[in-house]
Amino acid sequence: MSGPGEWHWQRPYVKNFSMKLTRASVQRVATLARLRLTDDEESALTGQLEQILGYMDKLNELDTANVELFSHAMDSANALREDRVANQPNTEALLANAPERDETFFRVPKIIE
Amino acid sequence: MSLFALTLHEASEKLRRREISSVELTEAVLQRIAATDDRVRAYLTLARDSAMEQAKQADARLASGQPSSPLLGVPLAVKDNFLTQGLRTTCASKILGDFMPPYDATAVAKLRAAGAVIVGKTNLDEFAMGSSAENSAFFPTCNPWNLQRIPGGSSGGSAAAVAADQCIAALGTDTGGSIRQPAACCGVVGLKPTYGRVSRYGIIAFASSMDQVGPMTKDTRDSALLLQALAGHDPADSTSSNHAVADYSAALTGEVKNLRIGVPKEYFVGGMQPEVEKSVREAIRQFEQAGAKIEEISLPHTEYAVAVYYIVATAEASSNLARYDGMRFGHRADAKDLTETYMISRDEGFGSEVKRRIMLGTYVLSAGYYDAYYLKAQRVRRLIKEDFDNAFKRCDVIVTPTAPTTAFKIGEKTSDPLQMYLSDIYTISINLAGLPALSLPCGLDNNNLPIGLQIIGKHFDEATVLRVADSYEQETNWHNQKPKL
Repeated sequence: MSGPGEWHWQRPYVKNFSMKLTRASVQRVATLARLRLTDDEESALTGQLEQILGYMDKLNELDTANVELFSHAMDSANALREDRVANQPNTEALLANAPERDETFFRVPKIIE
Repeated sequence: MSLFALTLHEASEKLRRREISSVELTEAVLQRIAATDDRVRAYLTLARDSAMEQAKQADARLASGQPSSPLLGVPLAVKDNFLTQGLRTTCASKILGDFMPPYDATAVAKLRAAGAVIVGKTNLDEFAMGSSAENSAFFPTCNPWNLQRIPGGSSGGSAAAVAADQCIAALGTDTGGSIRQPAACCGVVGLKPTYGRVSRYGIIAFASSMDQVGPMTKDTRDSALLLQALAGHDPADSTSSNHAVADYSAALTGEVKNLRIGVPKEYFVGGMQPEVEKSVREAIRQFEQAGAKIEEISLPHTEYAVAVYYIVATAEASSNLARYDGMRFGHRADAKDLTETYMISRDEGFGSEVKRRIMLGTYVLSAGYYDAYYLKAQRVRRLIKEDFDNAFKRCDVIVTPTAPTTAFKIGEKTSDPLQMYLSDIYTISINLAGLPALSLPCGLDNNNLPIGLQIIGKHFDEATVLRVADSYEQETNWHNQKPKL
């Protein structure tokens, strides 16, 4: 950890990063995220993600072996309620935004081959 | 003084004394929008007709003389990531198309129940992802102080609308600074309450462990009034808290004598605009003169906050945004099979910053990287929270700059995402720790752009944060400065 005054809020940005990402791994992540990327997007993202993930490697300066995972900002208990219907769904209002509908159903592309 | 320039507490008093009507006030605000919004571009959707209807109803309630909320009859703006029944909600994204919400967000329902008039929905960075409002899929909003500058983000439309007197006050949301940084850029007051203080039911989710709703106002007194209307437990939001709600207006005593104000040494570092440092130091001196005790404190993990935030926030976003699949609402592309429908709908519907964050979030959660990035970040997040726990043993509030610079030029950082992320350095730790924090104007730089002062409080101690901010406003005139439009 550097002391006060020694670090510069923009300085990590000018550092050289060793992080290397291949276009194949970017493609794999895009498939996981169900995002089609054009060639230009894929190539731009490869460089940008490399830079941002490289910056995140900064966290490895810290030894966190004995640090517990963060769970919640304050002590909080599970929020439970009685199991009964509380809302009155308005079928028409909910279906009004459907890209495609069939009477009171959402119409979707074929799911099972 | 023009009616649109009134603060919420001034407008409320005039309405109550029947010096003005809600119809007159709402008309004045709508005319102000008509006269200025071709330049500022704060609004995505205007609700002219329903606003006039609500104003008439408010006047009828005011005439009855029944006890009522200070919001009754007051025209407010709402960021376009709050669901508003019957009023188009876009989240500044093409993927939502002309989404018409089937219900109101709890925060909006509370405004309606109080009799507030909703004039429209304000612009934001798509899905609240950004610090400049430039990531809107529709158009960027301009800073009313200088139309070539960004208004800050993501609640840039709400901040600009308040600064330009296009509403009396507004709602914003804050995940990493999205209320406070635009408030600083536009010279208004923005409060992010404690995580859990205000219900998020009906807010379009970005990063659920940090998202919070809050007021954006012309002064601190207004912030107290609006928070009062919003705060409290909501059974529809399991993260909303049962913690007792304070009387925020009663807390504004103007008294800071013997209050312990912490100043973190890590927040005064290289790269800060000199005028920002000067104004913030001057504000600290002012508190000292008013009898507060200034303590130098240390938040040693500050320099890791940006990395932690952009891992945690993108991980949560990638999972929250999985619901945009083109099946039940929003944009659906024409494609040959189901998977391709998902992939093309999302490609066409999301903008480049949203895609970048989904990609980052998916990467840090994916097999082989989850431990190194996501779990590592959650451990460092605990260290950041403990920094604040330790600091608050020695002080009652912490005072810092809101942002390291004033509003930058439109287009200046769009090609460099990391540079844009780093400008959130002073606000994101507060979301990681779940604390309340407020930004208020404390100066103008050499280009006549507003500078923001951030006041951070203990969990659920919004009352002290508001008291400190109000005491500063009583001694200074920065909150009364207006841009020339």
